[in-house]
Amino acid sequence: MRIEHFLAAKAAAHPAKTALITKDKRLRYEELDDLSSRLAAALFANGVRRNDRVLIFMDNCWEAAVSILAVLKAGATFSPINSSTKADKLAYIIGDCDAAAILTQAKLMPVAAEACGSSGKTGIFVASTIGADNQCPAGATSLADCLTFEARETDHRGIDIDLAMLIYTSGSTGRPKGVMMTHRNCDAAADSITTYLCNSPDDVILNVLPLAFDYGLYQLLMAVRLGATLVLEKSFAFPQAIFERIREEGVTGLPLVPTMAAMILQMRDLTPGFLPSLRYISNTAAALPQAHIERLRFLFPGVRLYSMYGLTECKRCTYLPPEELDRRPGSVGIAIPNTEAFVVDDHGQLVPPGVAGELVIRGPHVMQGYWRNEAATERTLRPGPNPWEKVLYTGDLFSTDEDGFLYFVGRKDDIIKTRGEKVAPKEVEAVLHAHPGIAEAVVVGVPDPVLGHAIGALVIRSDPTLSEKDVMRHCARHLEDFMVPKVIEFRSELPKTDTGKVSRRLAAEMMEAAQ
Amino acid sequence: MDTVKDKVRTFIVDNFLFGDKSYPLADTASLIENDIIDSTAVLELVAFIEDDFGIAMVDSDVVPANLDSIERLSSFISARAKALAA
Repeated sequence: MRIEHFLAAKAAAHPAKTALITKDKRLRYEELDDLSSRLAAALFANGVRRNDRVLIFMDNCWEAAVSILAVLKAGATFSPINSSTKADKLAYIIGDCDAAAILTQAKLMPVAAEACGSSGKTGIFVASTIGADNQCPAGATSLADCLTFEARETDHRGIDIDLAMLIYTSGSTGRPKGVMMTHRNCDAAADSITTYLCNSPDDVILNVLPLAFDYGLYQLLMAVRLGATLVLEKSFAFPQAIFERIREEGVTGLPLVPTMAAMILQMRDLTPGFLPSLRYISNTAAALPQAHIERLRFLFPGVRLYSMYGLTECKRCTYLPPEELDRRPGSVGIAIPNTEAFVVDDHGQLVPPGVAGELVIRGPHVMQGYWRNEAATERTLRPGPNPWEKVLYTGDLFSTDEDGFLYFVGRKDDIIKTRGEKVAPKEVEAVLHAHPGIAEAVVVGVPDPVLGHAIGALVIRSDPTLSEKDVMRHCARHLEDFMVPKVIEFRSELPKTDTGKVSRRLAAEMMEAAQ
Repeated sequence: MDTVKDKVRTFIVDNFLFGDKSYPLADTASLIENDIIDSTAVLELVAFIEDDFGIAMVDSDVVPANLDSIERLSSFISARAKALAA
């Protein structure tokens, strides 16, 4: 089934039920359905057709939720873009996916306009929210005006093996890759996840994770599919404010990444059971340290705590049933319902328990490949046990215990996980190397109690007056927030391997020792 | 002598804008809405207030009303410093 059909069905069955709550808006199902139909009609009127790509370059605002559903209703494919993305990368994505339209916010319009200009692509339809001055930015159509279109169904004739979304993810080469997900992929993933989380239409899910991050995005897709309520917040920077929202709205589900858990655990005045409405907490992106699990269980007695693991290429791979947490605290569990997960050696053969190998995923949630990148697709989607299928090679090393429960061992490539997001060191290095005052640089992950790993850089400067702040400022202008190095060390040389190549492993050891 | 507001502004510009003084940051602008600070930055702000002004903060102090603009930060710090001095 196509994702937007769930919205229409829920709106017909429970029109007055609250679908979405943001700081400045509450939308009932009938309103969410109506607004997204209006925007879909506006997109169609402005040339957006079936399978066209539409970028949604917004933070977690109600317009982003409406936009996602509207693009699907128009028969097109949405690509959610992190709101801290800078113009160079946005221009690359516009060109890579040949975007037909961009839906954005006034505060992000300067970046969007610069990216459109430098992409060289013309005829892109751009719609924006109005700014603080109540004006629609120059070069954009007012999103508010789009929402005045008559809400009628677009006859796009799309089916559920059409692409629903294209999610750009960090590639080890430093260029982002578009993960192609059909409606059927999304539906399968959402069905599986809501099954093991035991979600119901009565759930109220609070999401602070960016909608551009698939973990955040699926909170919206799953809520709509269930007919549940989503409370959308922009940031976990003020946990107390979020706790207040949880109490006010009777929130039952709280998706976390380890950084948020670490922030909760840094708080001093919390008492066990302080959020009585919560039914479950989920964690993914990286495993929680044992001490954090224990503290969370102390603070949230009776709340089901799910340790999970996944990657954008299949949305979610595994989950640990909460009742197993005491017995296997370090495990990320078993394959999610209606999927398989197994560990293989370099020849694709299953390895016995206790032996590390690459995790392979099989199921209806596995992506169709990377957008217009056959080489990368072939490396990741490889022949499976049956002649008619491909399976997903995750690039993550795992082992299993005797009962088949999975344990994360490490990455096969250099990708760093920071604050739950994946960062390719090469992408950061490319920006560092573009600075005229930098001769050479290597980027590594440095263990950090809150971020998991912080981005660290060893830099050889050609301009001796260059300061750490100068380097960070340069990076902040060209990279998303989470990619900006937190630690910079100047050196006269970089650690090299015997063959003279810069060694990321030695660099990581040096930086860790220096911290 | 620098006022509290000067100190707060310098800290924010140095740490979250990496010294970029050209950024038009109004005293009343929300640091969250304008993507100046994220979750970990709030922890740095708390450490700054505690270390530089000797103010002990409890969890309930770490809310947007106290910390989400240069103006709010300065008012919060000044009020607490006054209470400490009294």
